[in-house]
Formats: sequence, structure tokens, C-alpha cells
Amino acid sequence: MTIKVLAIDDSRTIRSLVRKVMEDAGFACVCAEDGVDGVNRFAEENPDIVITDINMPNMDGFGVIQTIRSGTTNRMVPILVLTTESADHLKARAREAGATGWIVKPFDDETIVSLVRRVTGARG
Amino acid sequence: MSTMNSIRDTFFEECEDLLADLSDGFAAMQSGTHDSETVNAVFRAVHSIKGGAGAFQLTDLVAFAHRFETVLDELRANRLALVPELLFTLLRSADHLSVLIEAARGETSVDNQVTAGFVAALDLWLDDKNSAERAIAPEETFSFAPVVLDFPDLGIDVPQNSPEPVADTHSYEIEFWPKSSLFANGHEPAFLFDGLAQMGRIQAKIDLSNLPEWDQFDPSIPFIGWKIVLETAASPAEIKSVFEFVEGLCDLRITLQDVSASPAPPAEEIAQAVPVPAAAPAPIAAAVSSAPITPSAPVSAAAKPVAAAADTHAPKPTLRVDLDRVDRLINAVGELIINQAMIAQRVAELPVTTDSEVVTYVEDYRLLARDIQEAVMAIRAQPVKPLFQRMSRIVREAADATGKSAQLLAFGEEIEVDKTVIERLADPLTHMIRNAVDHGLETPEDRKRAGKDPCGIIKLSAAHRSGRVIITIKDDGAGLNRPRILKIAKDKGLIPADAELADADIDSLLFMPGFSTASKVSNLSGRGVGLDVVRTAVTALGGRVAISSTPGFGTEFTISLPLTLAVMDGMIVSVNGQTMVAPISSILETIRPSPSELHSVGAHAKFLSIGDKFIPIVDVAESLGLNRGRQENQTPLLLLVESENQSQCALIVDEVHDQRQVVIKGLEHNFRSVAGVSAATVLGNGHIALILDLDAIAFQRTGNQDQPAELGLLAKGI
Repeated sequence: MTIKVLAIDDSRTIRSLVRKVMEDAGFACVCAEDGVDGVNRFAEENPDIVITDINMPNMDGFGVIQTIRSGTTNRMVPILVLTTESADHLKARAREAGATGWIVKPFDDETIVSLVRRVTGARG
Repeated sequence: MSTMNSIRDTFFEECEDLLADLSDGFAAMQSGTHDSETVNAVFRAVHSIKGGAGAFQLTDLVAFAHRFETVLDELRANRLALVPELLFTLLRSADHLSVLIEAARGETSVDNQVTAGFVAALDLWLDDKNSAERAIAPEETFSFAPVVLDFPDLGIDVPQNSPEPVADTHSYEIEFWPKSSLFANGHEPAFLFDGLAQMGRIQAKIDLSNLPEWDQFDPSIPFIGWKIVLETAASPAEIKSVFEFVEGLCDLRITLQDVSASPAPPAEEIAQAVPVPAAAPAPIAAAVSSAPITPSAPVSAAAKPVAAAADTHAPKPTLRVDLDRVDRLINAVGELIINQAMIAQRVAELPVTTDSEVVTYVEDYRLLARDIQEAVMAIRAQPVKPLFQRMSRIVREAADATGKSAQLLAFGEEIEVDKTVIERLADPLTHMIRNAVDHGLETPEDRKRAGKDPCGIIKLSAAHRSGRVIITIKDDGAGLNRPRILKIAKDKGLIPADAELADADIDSLLFMPGFSTASKVSNLSGRGVGLDVVRTAVTALGGRVAISSTPGFGTEFTISLPLTLAVMDGMIVSVNGQTMVAPISSILETIRPSPSELHSVGAHAKFLSIGDKFIPIVDVAESLGLNRGRQENQTPLLLLVESENQSQCALIVDEVHDQRQVVIKGLEHNFRSVAGVSAATVLGNGHIALILDLDAIAFQRTGNQDQPAELGLLAKGI
């Protein structure tokens, strides 16, 4: 089964990049452009993994994680936080919110792919 | 690779949007709004630019965006107050950010010194501690440490800060064998262990007993299990609730070990509740019926409240379409309009009454075709906002370069104009805005002396007026210095030394080729081109530009543009036996004058008198170089047209037939540019008709010998 990635980011550029990297790796990738869109897409698409930005309009990444984690469906989906921040307090907050891990932008194709494989259990 | 290129294009397109957001945010701040969402939106825009730039190794851009963002972050955290000086720095930084983006896009570089200057200006707002921190931070960013991973180890490390066991605790042994489906569903054993650890002290031991030999190893099948000992005061139900969502995805066995001194339920009781092997999770659910196990709750349940929230935020859905496709559609619609005109003409020639069905259908067809055409044109229409936003940057740059203080106020940013019009308007508008700052506004000292605010105001506005778009650029400067304009024009030999001109005519001298009021070409508005280039560009778009000025109160330029370049409303006239089209936008009225209203002056000059005005008359046929077939003594039919400067002219045509929409077909591509003719069209009868450039024909009368040459230029476009 093809792994479906939900990429949530308000930057079109980052969305396109994540989608390219994911699709190149053989994953399916759907995108959402803000937090609210993200949780809606999450409900519609039921992805295998969520990769989300933190600072977004309408609902931020923490909100997305909390909504997913407090939902009833697929709430333990691995959620990776994509951020340019490497500040510890943000990591702590992301971990508290329920993030599985995080990726600091600018990201490296191979690492993000292997991370996605690792937390989704996808065959490499 | 091409995907990367297209993503790169996406990035730069997105940068434009983000710069617009930035501009919006700062505009809001300028007008006193600096609530957290505004500041955050601005921060986000810069942040997104940085994020995208990092992906393409645009290090200069990343470094600058980072510094910019740092200051915005301070503002966002209320550690900085938004004083006017800070806003100024931020605005300038936004300008520089767009310069860096442009450079990155064109793969050129920006002088590091310049960037360093902007960085220094930003650093002034960061206190010492902060700037010391930030001096290190960019390096972090530059190093492109590809990924920092930091998530719970999949092994048996469990949190060390587990609470001390309290008196009333029990010890449970949990055997946990994940199946591969657990991973496929995106679950993560470490999360489960974290959850257990929150209840008490846990010890986990990995069980590798099932690990096969290397040659039989299948990485997709988990061979590892865990034995976890949990000391907790929590009830078995609570423990099981941790595993609620992996039901069926693992083999789970929970047994009570009576190591605690306190009374505990017998081990058998639990063992019974959770049969071994616990491959069937249903008994667990049965045993702990109080635990809410809802693994298959409907998807919509979680989504509903969110969807409701989205409705209030969701932007209108849009579709990005290749411009070629739109243009193909527009072309086809042009042909449709021509086809409709042809059918209408044929039907009109039929011996049928006007109430016959076919006439009704043809009229319906005409209305439909018009609807389709308007809808298609709307696809190409874009708001002038991005264009106007760019202008506020031009004002700041121009003000800086001239030592003046100026602010741009924009109105009607939502007005939509054809994409091509917007694109081709950028240069002339830039030029006029620079002019307004450079020539229009006084220095701050002069303004103070005149009792004005030292900061000059440039108003840029767009509005719809009778099917056209009117763009005005108005400064509150000193107004045109007419005696000086007159003197320069005479010195340069543009007009005879003894010429006496009305104010409007003096003003229009500014548009003459070779005229420049700046005695020294400044490095700003000069650049070797004058307002004549602006006029040429605007005319090429089917537009007109006018100037008006009040001494002491400023100068106003008005550009009137068609909404679309593809069709226009025309008056079908005949000139010397040829059918031609006169743009309705230029025509004030048609007049059949009485002989008493016609006056001759000298051998050739003729005037029309209306009221107390004398209006020069120009024969269209003559000015186009056609032989006059009409009898001289016949009363002519006149089209009264108004030029940019409200001066009027009456053009002689032989007949006026009809008024209709015509599809504009460029002449230069198919033939060549012709003086006095702006384009051509195909009429309903299939004949080609020339579209007259009435302004050019009327303007010829001033006797400016350069005009025919310039007309060629006009027709060619910019």
C-alpha cells in the first residue's frame, strides 16, 4: 500500500517541495494550505503521516496536532513538524502537543524520506 | 530537474504574493493597526520567504530574511514598540528584501555592502544580548545542517523523570508485541511507552528471542517485543486505555504482579480478563467496558466543527491556468463576435420583419456573445493592487534619492484591468511616480516655508468611469512652473519664440518629445526619457493621458485606459468611400453644422463655432492622405473629439453608419504601422476596416512636424 503523506504548509513553495520529495520516493502526497484546511484534509484523506508547518494562518501547527491527537480517527498518526526553528522550547512544545518528530528547514531529501519511512513503517 | 525549476518558479511567484502581504501588513501598521494577527502575518510572510529561499540555497536572501524576521519576532513578542522609526526601517527592509528576491530570481547578486547597511539598520533594534545571540544564529542557518531529528528512540529508553511510586501502587507486567500493521497505521511504540510512563515508574526490556537469522530477516515484519514493568497507582482500565488505539495491531498481555505490600486484586483476575495470548483484543474491551473504545468512529465527527470554522476563513477557490489557453479562448471569442456580426448583417439584409423569429434569435445570439465575451475578458482582469504596491516602494526610493519626504496613498486598488494593460502600465507609471516625487514635490524646507506638511503626499488612484479605467497620480507639490516650461520649450525650439499658449497647451508641452524640465538630467526621473514616452506607452494601450495643475497645490496626471485590449466600442463611419471605425471613447458628439457655424481662416484652416468656442476642423481623409472625393461646398459631417488636454477638434467624415463592438486586430503583425490608424477590424460583411487613431489625427493639426514619425511609434507600441 502506498503511503499517503499529508503536507500542511502555508508556503506554496514548501508544499511543492515536500510533494516532489515524497512523490519521488514513491509516496502519495496531498497538501493543505493552512491549519484548518489541514485538519479537514486529514479527515478526508486519512493520511498515513502528517508533515506540518508550525506558523500558519487560521490554525497553527500545534492546533493541527492537538486537533488530530484529540480526534477519534487515526489520532496516533505520526506527525512530523516542519520548521525553520530549532529552538528547544519549540521542540518541547511540539513534543507536548504530540509531534512524533521534527524536521528543520531547509531539509535534505534523503533524510526526510527516511524519517517518513521510519515513523510510518513504510518499506524502503 | 524541471520539477525543481518549476518549484523554483513557484517560489518566486509566491514571493510576489508574500511581498504583497508584507506590504498590506505594513500599510495596516502605518494606519495604526498593529494587532497581533497583523504583526504575525508580516512575520509569517518574511518567514515563508526565508523558508523557501533556504530550499534553494539562496544564502544572501536567507541571511537577510533571518535578520528581518528576528526584528519582527521581537515586535511580535512585544519586546519592541512600533515607533515610526522602526516602521521606517521595516519598510526599507521590505524593499531590500524584494531587491534580494529579484536578484535571486535573475541569478545576479546584490552588493554585500548594501545588504550590510540594511542589516545594520535592523540590528539597531536588537539589544546587545540579542544581537550577540543573533550573530551566532545566522551561522546555524547557513550551515544547512540538513535535518535535526529529535524524537523518542524506538528502543527501550523511557523517561527518567517518572514519579516516585506512591504508597498505593501495583506492579503490572505488560508484554507488548507489535504487529507490522501497527507501524503501517502510523503508530509508534515509543508513544505508548511515554503514555505508560506518565502513570508511574516503568522499566522496559526488549525481547529479541524471536529475531530470525539474518538470511531470514524481513525488515517489514517486526520480530521485537517488549516486556514492561509498570509500577502505578492507576487502574487496569487506565493502563488499557493507553493501548486503546492499537487494539488488534499488537499482541498485548497485561498481568498484575503482586510485589506491592498493599492489597491488590489477584493476578488471576486480570489474567482472566486479558486472555493469553491476547491476540483477540475484544475480551479486553469486554473486561474494561468503561473504557471508551471507539476505533471506527465516523470520520466526519472530528471534522465537522473544524469544517464549520473553515467556512468563515476559506478563501475563494482559484484555478491557475496557462495564459496561452486564456488567450486562445479570447481569440476564439473574438472570432465569435465577428461571426455574430456577420450573421446579424446577413439577417438584416433578409426580407423579414423585425418581429420575425430569426431576428429575435439573432438578437439573443448577440447578447449571449457579449456575455461570453465579458466573462472571458474578466478572466484576464487583475486588480491593480500589486502594481500600486510596487509604486509605494518607488516613492520611498525616489524620496530617498532626492532627499525629500513623501508618502504614497493608494485608492481603488481592487479595480481590475486587463493583465497586459497592467504589465505595460508598470513602466510609465513608475516614471510618472518618480516624476511626481522628483519634480512635483518640493523639498521639506520649501514645504515648511509654504506652510505644508514637510512630508509630501502622492495620491495614486484607480476608478471605473464609463467603461474605462481612470488612473490618477496626484501630488500636493508646487504645481507646474508654466513660465519655465514655456521658456524651455522656446529655448529648445519646440515652439516659436513668439508663441503665446493657453495654460492647458503649455502643460501639454511636457508630453512633447525631447522636452525635459530638469536642467540637469537627474539620476532619477531623467534617464533620457520624458513624458512623451509615457504618453506613447499609454496611447499604445488605447489610453489617453492628461495633465492638470494648480500652482501651489500640485499637479495631477490622469490616465484613461480601456478595460480590455481585445474589443472596443466603435462608430462605423465612411471616409472617402472607405469604411472605418472611430473609437467611441474619443467621440464627444457628431455634428452636422449649419453653414453659418463654419468659418475659414486663411487658405486652409477651418473652424467650427459652437457657442463662443472656435474648434479647429481636420479632414480625416486629407490627414490620411486620401484623395478628397467629396464636394467642397457640401456641409460636412463632423465628429467632435476631445484630446487629453480638453482641447477639442472636429473631424470631417462622410457618413456615420452604426455603432458596434469591434474586435481589434493589430496592424503591425499583419501589415505595418500606419500613421493615424491604430489597428484594424473585420466587419460583419467580412470586409476589413481600419480603426482610426482620432487623437493622432486631431493632434496633427498643431503642425508639429515630428508627429507623423511619432505616430509610427505610437502604433508600434512600447
